[in-house]
Amino acid sequence: MRRYLVRKLIIYVLTFFIAATIDWLLPRMVPGNPVSLLLAKMNLQPQTYNATYNLYMKAFGFNRPWWDQYLNFWRALLHGNLGVSIYDFPKPVTSVIADYVLFTLALLIPAILLAYFAGNKVGAMAARRKSLDNTVLPVGYLLTATAYPWLALLLAFLLAAGGIGHFFPISGGFSYGLIPSWDWPFIWSLVTHWFLPFLTLFLVAFGGWAIGMRNLIIYELESDYTHYLEALGAPSRLVRRYAYRNAMLPQLTGLALQLGVIVGGAVVTEVTFAYPGLGYLIFQAVGNDDYFLLQGIFMFIIVGVLIANFIIDIIYVLVDPRTRVGISGV
Amino acid sequence: MTVLGTGGATAETGAPVAAAGAVSTTRKRFEFLYFALRNKKLIIGLSVVLLFLFIALFGPLFVQHSMLAYGPPFRPPSATYWFGTNYFGQDVFSEFVYGLRESLFVGLIGGCGATVIGMTFGFLAGYKGGMIDEGLNVLCNVLLTIPGLVLLILIAGFLHHTSAVIEGTLIACTTWTWAMRAIRAQTFSLVSRDFVGLARLSGEKSRSIIVREIAPNMSSYLFLVFILLFGGAILVAASFDFLGLGPSNGMSLGIMMEQAADWSALPLHLWWWFVPPGAAITCVVGGLYFANVGLDEVFNPKLREL
Amino acid sequence: MGLEVDHLQLCYRTLRGDVKAVDDVTFNIDDGEIMGLAGESGCGKSTLGNGLVRMDVRMRQLGGRVGLDGKELPISDTKAMRNFRFKEVSIVPQYAMSALNPTRRVGKMVAELLKSRGFDYKSALPELERRVKLVGLDADILKRYPIELSGGMKQRVVMIISTLLNPSLLIADEVTSALDVSTQRAVGEMLLEFRDRKFVKSTMVITHDLSILAQVADTILIMYAGKLAEKASADVVIGSPLHPYTQLLISSLPEVGVRHDEHTLVGIPGRPPPLLNPPAGCRFRDRCPFAFDRCAEEPPFVEVKPGHSVACWLRVEGVSPVGGAERAEA
Repeated sequence: MRRYLVRKLIIYVLTFFIAATIDWLLPRMVPGNPVSLLLAKMNLQPQTYNATYNLYMKAFGFNRPWWDQYLNFWRALLHGNLGVSIYDFPKPVTSVIADYVLFTLALLIPAILLAYFAGNKVGAMAARRKSLDNTVLPVGYLLTATAYPWLALLLAFLLAAGGIGHFFPISGGFSYGLIPSWDWPFIWSLVTHWFLPFLTLFLVAFGGWAIGMRNLIIYELESDYTHYLEALGAPSRLVRRYAYRNAMLPQLTGLALQLGVIVGGAVVTEVTFAYPGLGYLIFQAVGNDDYFLLQGIFMFIIVGVLIANFIIDIIYVLVDPRTRVGISGV
Repeated sequence: MTVLGTGGATAETGAPVAAAGAVSTTRKRFEFLYFALRNKKLIIGLSVVLLFLFIALFGPLFVQHSMLAYGPPFRPPSATYWFGTNYFGQDVFSEFVYGLRESLFVGLIGGCGATVIGMTFGFLAGYKGGMIDEGLNVLCNVLLTIPGLVLLILIAGFLHHTSAVIEGTLIACTTWTWAMRAIRAQTFSLVSRDFVGLARLSGEKSRSIIVREIAPNMSSYLFLVFILLFGGAILVAASFDFLGLGPSNGMSLGIMMEQAADWSALPLHLWWWFVPPGAAITCVVGGLYFANVGLDEVFNPKLREL
Repeated sequence: MGLEVDHLQLCYRTLRGDVKAVDDVTFNIDDGEIMGLAGESGCGKSTLGNGLVRMDVRMRQLGGRVGLDGKELPISDTKAMRNFRFKEVSIVPQYAMSALNPTRRVGKMVAELLKSRGFDYKSALPELERRVKLVGLDADILKRYPIELSGGMKQRVVMIISTLLNPSLLIADEVTSALDVSTQRAVGEMLLEFRDRKFVKSTMVITHDLSILAQVADTILIMYAGKLAEKASADVVIGSPLHPYTQLLISSLPEVGVRHDEHTLVGIPGRPPPLLNPPAGCRFRDRCPFAFDRCAEEPPFVEVKPGHSVACWLRVEGVSPVGGAERAEA
């Protein structure tokens, strides 16, 4: 078991290293100078241009040789310093992120967990009952074939903008008129603004999980060990339990692989609802050419996904008893 | 957005779709055709996809108003404007047709590109094994962990200018990972079979073995992988365009939705502006997924229902 | 009392029609008897064996009845059969290598299986361990995962599990096909041991390998293309068979110590007839070197000597074939 986890850890560290390098590399591969692009937006007087240019070049370290910049990058990174936002200069990237992180986590974690468990249950039921399957299969496929922005727009239109009614607010993280504080009106406002983005993420992910689990369970129900149990008269209860347990393993692996997709979905959903999370922040950063903010968010997301992957690996070890004996079931 | 389950029948996440059978003989091809014509899922899925393909190819013949002409704004669907007009008074139907073409085009490039990359890496890793396999695995793991859309945003954010081809290529470069995993797994199981050993003994070069012995045996599987990648590329492109990162002068289904969101389609209830593009995506991608399941049943006799 | 099969007809439903895999078969197996059921691939023996325990979804019973120990065995009623499975009728399946749940330790799976059938694992454990040791395995095999066991070990484990409740009828489907010769012998001895120790009453050993039947079987039943060809005691079938098919089968077996240039191996040219629309008359007619015009009518399966039944006009009529001599030099 230890070998399995250690091996995974090494891969994650390697991934982190490569991802960070890509992150550092990207702005430097762009044609043109980020600082001059930035200054072009500032409408500076020619006299002040040079001084400002030099200031920024020095501030961002662009005037140093590239290997020096790279080492600096790592030094800063390992200290938790993600640089300074260009647009919001001189606010550090980490504090910018801190303002938006909780909203995204509040969106992602419930959506992923609920969609996963609900999808698994429904998928497993559909695998056993043909009548249920005839509904679940097309609905699931349609849901998973839906583009996140479209479902977001649809829900916003129907439930917020008045298509059916104005049950929910159309944008924002909370009512603009309220001052953030831990009182009931504010919390309620948070919830109502949270609901539609959550629903969007949940529905699409749910469709995918349900279909996936259905197919896995069907596969398990047609396996030799199932036939043997049935030949020995085992009740369907036991057969189902084994099938579910065995199908969970590839489903768990699938969860780890799907995290990237759901994060992407969260970005689009947040933008649609102007929900103030990291996805919305990325969008703003792209619009503002705020490279360092973009880089910082990227690193943050990478670390988050890696941690989530590792947690899933630990859960996998707990669910697949073979890994504890040193046999890799994967 | 994508279908899941590493053991299940479809996946963007590396599901080994049920393996293709042995080398096809003519009789087998007829047998496939026989079952293919009878498989409901395949027929329905394929029909839907073909319908939209038809609209994309021949739609411009039916377009009455140029996309750039400005007519009366905010009009709901009518006889003159089949899909109504948008905020600027442009014909939504013509936007739809051209947008559909662009989206399918980008999806095709993305899907083909990802399939090619996935095939190359998958065959290499599965056939050569050893260090090449380990190296490719690490590369794959890195890309899998990085959320694809976020990486695309990052790259596009720095590039500042994309065209349909660039967008397709970028999508191909970020979505090939699960295909590589799946193809690698299949290649492993084929490599251990006798006919490959025989080919090796008779001195065939690796590349020739892969192209002439292994790939044809997996042809049906590769086709299924391509279908899923194609659908996935369309979805990614839609989100990508929706964020405003798409080709600046073009029109696509994602761009339509972006414009609708930006220009008050929601408060003004201009539903005809954003419902058709998204619905088209759902239909095309859903049709592809359905057809994929149907094809899987055709190729794998065990899944066929009696 | 044993097993009584009376004019049993089983078919597979396919898209192109009903495949009559078991076409009007009648035979008995007494208590304490080990009957071998032999024939080439596709002759229906596996369908017959499996059909007696658990009918596949595509299988249908078209006629006939089955009785076990004087009671009716309702093979086409899945629910009713559950009471008989494992307790009265049991099977060691052809896929024994993959019959165990890969994510469960062997002992745990047996415990859960017993519990689901209403038996207590703890009280069964001593007997289970005794039998495990009896077949030459270590008791700690119960703590292992299936992937840790070799093919032969898995085969033996499955045989123990299948016979744990001392069934009245055991069906052993191709139990030696995937094994090396020495393990084959060990498994054969297991079958004899189980019978001698009264773990099972009647045994049906399904195989295409006559040599294992020579070792374990008391009687042998030869099937061809869905119909019975010959039934007699093992030494008679092997030593002095009456049906041309059996004769050709025996002569096509290689003998140890006999060189190829001394005695040429003779195969049986041709292929068995398709069971979708079987030809009229004797099914072996096209490949039979002794076929004559009477063979256009299907021969009945009758007892021509005490304890020896054949379905062949040659033996039934005692008529010497006229005009069949040219074909005799096959």
